[in-house]
Amino acid sequence: MEDQFIKTDILKPENIVYKKTSLMTDKPLSYCPGCGHGTAHRMLMEVIDEMDIVDKTIGISPVGCSVLAYDFMAIDMLGAAHGRAPALATAIKRMWPGHFVFTYQGDGDLAAIGTAETIHACNRGENITIIFINNGIYGMTGGQMAPTTLPGMRSSTSPYGRDVTTMGHPLKITELVAQLPGVYYVTRQAVHTPNHVRKTKKALRKAFELQKENKGLSLVEIVSNCNSGWKMTPVNSNKWMEDNMFPFYQLGDIKVDGKLVVKTETSEKE
Amino acid sequence: MGELRLMKGNEAVAEAAIRAGCDGYFGYPITPQSEVMEYLMAERPFERTGMVVLQAESEVAAINMLYGGAGTGKMVLTSSSSPGISLMQEGLSYLAGAELPAVIVNIVRGGPGLGTIQPSQADYFQAVKGGGHGDYRMLVLAPASVQEMCDHVKLAFDKAFEYRTPVMILSDGAIGQMMEKVVLFDHIPRRTDEELIKQCPWASNGRPKTRNHNIVTSLDLDPAGQERVNLKLQAKYREMEKKEVLFEEVQCEDAEYLIVAFGLSARICQKALDLARAKGIKVGLFRPITLFPFPATQVSNVGNRVKGILVVEMNAGQMIEDVKLSVGCKVKIEHYGRFGGIIPSPDEVLNALEQQIIGG
Amino acid sequence: MAKVIGDIAIDIEKCKGCEVCLAACPFTVIAMSKEVNSKGYRFAMKVNNECTGCTNCALVCPDGVITVYRAKVETV
Repeated sequence: MEDQFIKTDILKPENIVYKKTSLMTDKPLSYCPGCGHGTAHRMLMEVIDEMDIVDKTIGISPVGCSVLAYDFMAIDMLGAAHGRAPALATAIKRMWPGHFVFTYQGDGDLAAIGTAETIHACNRGENITIIFINNGIYGMTGGQMAPTTLPGMRSSTSPYGRDVTTMGHPLKITELVAQLPGVYYVTRQAVHTPNHVRKTKKALRKAFELQKENKGLSLVEIVSNCNSGWKMTPVNSNKWMEDNMFPFYQLGDIKVDGKLVVKTETSEKE
Repeated sequence: MGELRLMKGNEAVAEAAIRAGCDGYFGYPITPQSEVMEYLMAERPFERTGMVVLQAESEVAAINMLYGGAGTGKMVLTSSSSPGISLMQEGLSYLAGAELPAVIVNIVRGGPGLGTIQPSQADYFQAVKGGGHGDYRMLVLAPASVQEMCDHVKLAFDKAFEYRTPVMILSDGAIGQMMEKVVLFDHIPRRTDEELIKQCPWASNGRPKTRNHNIVTSLDLDPAGQERVNLKLQAKYREMEKKEVLFEEVQCEDAEYLIVAFGLSARICQKALDLARAKGIKVGLFRPITLFPFPATQVSNVGNRVKGILVVEMNAGQMIEDVKLSVGCKVKIEHYGRFGGIIPSPDEVLNALEQQIIGG
Repeated sequence: MAKVIGDIAIDIEKCKGCEVCLAACPFTVIAMSKEVNSKGYRFAMKVNNECTGCTNCALVCPDGVITVYRAKVETV
């Protein structure tokens, strides 16, 4: 009982080592239990909080599950039409060049309906940060096939699995835009384990710091789960993601300091 | 008096935007309006006033760039022509829904489809009745000269911010391309960030510690909330109908017959009116300058004093519906139109008046 | 002698019972409740005193419902 007493005793504000940033509002998140969106939101807000740039940050939310991101992030935001976030960000950054501008987009938004806006914002080297949540499915509309759905993967519009001969191949848009000279920093991360969360936060920080230097566009992809869409428990969906998504969407830096990262066999095994 | 210049209508739009203190232009080339962006790129307003000019990858991107800029309180403009404006309809609906100020210039060409690059007025319905989804309107101005192309840009910005609404300037390929003398208004400096924030406290441009976060969106998933949004929009449109109607009457006092026409058609009808008067036919001309709000009471007042009304449009009969709704059914109202880029001649109009109204 | 110990506070009303924190905890400090919160979710709860305040659970919690405490305490 003495131990219990000691533990209770440390629940004091001065002993807090981690709590939700005040840049996350107190509204309950609209996401399904175990969804990576919440963690991605929080890391993003922690970076903005720690950089103390709230008064200079403008965020753009997409259409899809994170359409209400502006309700959860206590910063100035605009809700874009489906896929158009990079167009909004382009104009905003050009007219507010001293501000930090980011888009937060899902795979359907960024890699299907918004492909043109994504590629051209990247190609113009807009000095913005794109945060790309890839869970291989359209979550909000009920689990339909996304541009990033894996071959053979079931969804409500590919109920027998994605047949690449008729439905096309999953689109690695992150690798695609990394080829463009306007793009300066591209990385692929995850938020399902503590270490991955820490790496994601570092990547987001780097991306925001780069905006100060006018080096070009930075894109942080976060491979995430959709346990509702995949019809699994959250913990099982994270395991499935490691076993199936990560081999296809390999984690790690893709482009750093404007140069493509060359992957050797050993580095891939690591 | 301001600076006098000989300019194309499209160039006048561009120069007026710079002088009005516009913060950003975003557009995509399409005939017959490409001179707007060409003029801006050549003029380098980013050096003159700090105005941003960007060639977007599509009209879809351009209108969403407008939405982004407008959402931060910036004064933004785009221009396009009919097929491009069709692509922008999604963005226009979002602008209206999120109550954002923006100015959109449509240098109309003949349609449907790819149609032609020649002038037309066939986008009246799309502009006035809401071409995108949902219950919304835009304030729509119909210039009939290069001078008005210039002046309407300033007016459009003023009204866009006053009502927090997209405003469309509905012109056509002829007025966009024709050269006329124009008296340019004096430069108005672009707003400072402080002035902008004061004017647009609702805008999302970085949250200071002194206020809660701003959200720019057209989404409200709660039906009661969305109905409130709609009621607010409708109240705004009723307010515009009360206060913002603009029109021109020419020789309507003694008129026995009336021609109603807007934009380029009104200029041709002015000549037709002269021809008719020379023949002793007492014709008046009523020119709506705002197409929304439509000068319903005003056209009704004149319309109900005459024996017949000819509505002349470069389309198959679009504004005539508003004229009929305004005037009622006691007076004969007929339409004369040419399509596909053909501009009717004054003789044709006079002939139509004599055949369809006077003799009909 | 001094010892560093940790503790966590869970906002059980906002917990959605996803169990991701369970998998992240290196010392099996967290388990799921048998009862449910007002939203009908079983919630995460601390079940022993092995917590070191490593913050792993809070980092992976999608809903940000975990606050982590750490302090040096004197043990007899």
